[in-house]
Amino acid sequence: MTQKILAAHAGLDSVQAGQLVLAGLDLVLGNDITSPVAIKEFAKLGKDSVFDRNRITMIMDHFAPNKDIKAAEQCRMCRDFCGEMDITHFYDVGEMGIEHAFIPEKGLATAGDLVIGADSHTCTFGALGAFSTGVGSTDMACGMATGKAWFKVPAAMKIELKGSLRRYVSGKDVILNIIGRIGVDGALYRSMEFTGEGLASLSMADRLCIANMAVEAGAKNGIFEVDVTTLAYLKEHGAAEPNVFKADADAVYEEVLTVDLSQTEPTVAFPHLPGNARTFSEIGDIKIDQVVIGSCTNGRLEDLIAAAEILKGRKVAKGVRTIIIPATQQIYLRAMEMGLLKIFIESGAAVSTPTCGPCLGGHMGILAAGERAVATTNRNFVGRMGHVDSEVYLASPATAAACAVTGRITSPWEVMGV
Amino acid sequence: MKYTGNAIKYGDNIDTDVIIPARYLNTSDHKELASHCMEDIDKSFVSRVKQGDIIVAGQNFGCGSSREHAPIAIKASGISVVIARSFARIFYRNAINIGLAIVECPEAAENISEGDMIEADLDNGIIHNITTGRDFRTEPFPEFIQNIIENGGLMQSVAKGLIR
Repeated sequence: MTQKILAAHAGLDSVQAGQLVLAGLDLVLGNDITSPVAIKEFAKLGKDSVFDRNRITMIMDHFAPNKDIKAAEQCRMCRDFCGEMDITHFYDVGEMGIEHAFIPEKGLATAGDLVIGADSHTCTFGALGAFSTGVGSTDMACGMATGKAWFKVPAAMKIELKGSLRRYVSGKDVILNIIGRIGVDGALYRSMEFTGEGLASLSMADRLCIANMAVEAGAKNGIFEVDVTTLAYLKEHGAAEPNVFKADADAVYEEVLTVDLSQTEPTVAFPHLPGNARTFSEIGDIKIDQVVIGSCTNGRLEDLIAAAEILKGRKVAKGVRTIIIPATQQIYLRAMEMGLLKIFIESGAAVSTPTCGPCLGGHMGILAAGERAVATTNRNFVGRMGHVDSEVYLASPATAAACAVTGRITSPWEVMGV
Repeated sequence: MKYTGNAIKYGDNIDTDVIIPARYLNTSDHKELASHCMEDIDKSFVSRVKQGDIIVAGQNFGCGSSREHAPIAIKASGISVVIARSFARIFYRNAINIGLAIVECPEAAENISEGDMIEADLDNGIIHNITTGRDFRTEPFPEFIQNIIENGGLMQSVAKGLIR
């Protein structure tokens, strides 16, 4: 699928793994951290316009609402640049959401698109059937100027899904399991292509979460075969007409991995790598200080619904700071209308405006030395959420909510009596 | 391109959060970034790194975030080349795009010790360990990438009209 999308955008009939191509871009994305570097690079060209003002988006989500004066200046630089270049899709506080939740919701990407973003989790849009990958700021600058980027065509790794998920098990558990199996460089440079009869049972929220963390296995991109669920989602969100690429029956895969969704259990990735995945038979009594439910990985409405189901009528354990961050304004609004926010606040959780915030140790929930957090985010590297001696355990929204209730690392099956 | 310097060694999966922690990403000033380079994994790096030194690391170097601040911090701290068993792909292209020399060479990564004097001859694809006298062969860059590097980086290639 990936190779076909790259070939189509490079004006070639076909491409081979390892081939270098210069390809046209449908969307170029940046945030408040990576865009300032790209804007400085762009300025070196002395150009007074971008390649297409409708195909660039800048979203102020990482250190916004501005966490300090320097962050405020970085956001202002983006705001000024987008004003000067008359960029259509600039999104600031009050309108913005976490970029990888926001873009699909806004219908800014569609199946068959080629998307680059100066953010590693740009691979999320592979869930829509797009080729979508994270790049650096210089690539973003080049993309803004020319509408093109260079790519080495990745080899493909097939992930064959079968069965369907059990109660309180989600896409997050699936991807943590996969990374646990293959390691944090198990898909290095490769495209992870998700397919199989199990696909039909996965919601778009699950698929977006799985594609989001393809980069944590080292992959260039993660891409899902387009089906009726994808097409319905794209239509609902007003995305452009999809261009569906299907893998050939004789497509070449470097590796094939079979994942039985029905055997997947609640999973936690231990510090300090997303690949340190364990299921609850291997987890002892671990006390925690904080829970974070949100991020580009798990801040979607379905994630909040899963957390609310567990927190409803229960209280967050004393001493566990529970922070819930809807990923977009739209999700926040829907959560309010559905009464989810009431459930969260009554349980003793704090609810925040959309931001990447604590996921990368920016703001809104930084850890002190020796503290432990369970987070629905995507990375648990040393110092990721604060002090170098703090720890982050990655889990699904259901597991994180269960941990908030007990104050220790707990399976949602235990809390819900499964 | 030929670089000479002492090796500073690291292990596997050195991620961009330890190369430059996110708490410092509220700036893109190269010197300021360099002053916090490797801080969360090696507090002594900033004080001991010398101009021209070479980082030698294990597999998946630069994994994690797409922050270009990571190769920028390494380059601005004086490092001339990073040699690793393998690199995370976004870090790899970012390094090329900003003109930080980067070499994938498992054999060199294994057989170079902390402090060894290294000469990296990238034109001919030879890593020479001056301290031990051993040589290691590497894959030279493909022509497409060589063009970017020879022109001083991706933006310079765009400015010269090589990428339209």
